[in-house]
Amino acid sequence: MDKEKRNTSYNLYVDAKLPKTKAWPSLFKAFLVGGIICAIGQGFFDIYSYFFPNLAESEITTCMLMTIIFITCFLTGLGIYDVVGAWGGAGSVIPITGFSNSISSPSIEFKKEGIIYGICVKMFTIAGPVIVCGVVGSIVCGIVGLFI
Amino acid sequence: MFNIWDYVISFLVGGFICFLAQILVIRTKITTARILVLFLIIGMVLEVFNIYAPFKEFAKAGASVPIIGFGASLARGAIMATKEYGLIGIFTGGLTAASGGIAMAIFASFIFALIFSSKTKRGGH
Repeated sequence: MDKEKRNTSYNLYVDAKLPKTKAWPSLFKAFLVGGIICAIGQGFFDIYSYFFPNLAESEITTCMLMTIIFITCFLTGLGIYDVVGAWGGAGSVIPITGFSNSISSPSIEFKKEGIIYGICVKMFTIAGPVIVCGVVGSIVCGIVGLFI
Repeated sequence: MFNIWDYVISFLVGGFICFLAQILVIRTKITTARILVLFLIIGMVLEVFNIYAPFKEFAKAGASVPIIGFGASLARGAIMATKEYGLIGIFTGGLTAASGGIAMAIFASFIFALIFSSKTKRGGH
């Protein structure tokens, strides 16, 4: 059996064994979870703009994002956000809560390996690329900003 | 002050962005880190082409809560700081704008990692 044939048959085998994501229910769940998280964010935005009318809109947005990031880390610690993530798929990843969960989840998971090599190192296993691309991209945008 | 349409539009737009991401997940089996990076870059591109600001005006939290908003604030921070402070702003602007979210995510994760232990392995072994 030549290599190519073996690879295709192996890929077919993997496809057969992988857990199938049912298309329509998972799309609906992602829509629902993502939408609810954004609506909760809007709720915090309204609460903060009611109590702190002097702040600029961007500052209120930052406060709102920090609040839902904090809540997500807490829910990840309790093990609740993992349940939401398993149910909601991309609906729990794309909101900023997914970024927050991607930092808190491995840091809790690898706590056993110690504070420095467990929490501090593993914290960035998923969020590292996001921060790296964010910083590099923002510098590129800054260079673009010189010319516009 | 509390306008119900803000919530409806946040729900619909935020949900739709996650819907698009879920299509990608089903089609390409893309990983979490890649999908976050992809949408972060989409946000930056939207900001550079001045599409993000009107989009956020329309979609409220539906635009700022998804990671797109994070990318857009990084890009906007860098562009604004470049205009204001010149060359140094290229390097300081992005992280300054996003510092609140990153600092809170790292701080809260560290504190809760000290407090809580892993729940996922319970009963597994």
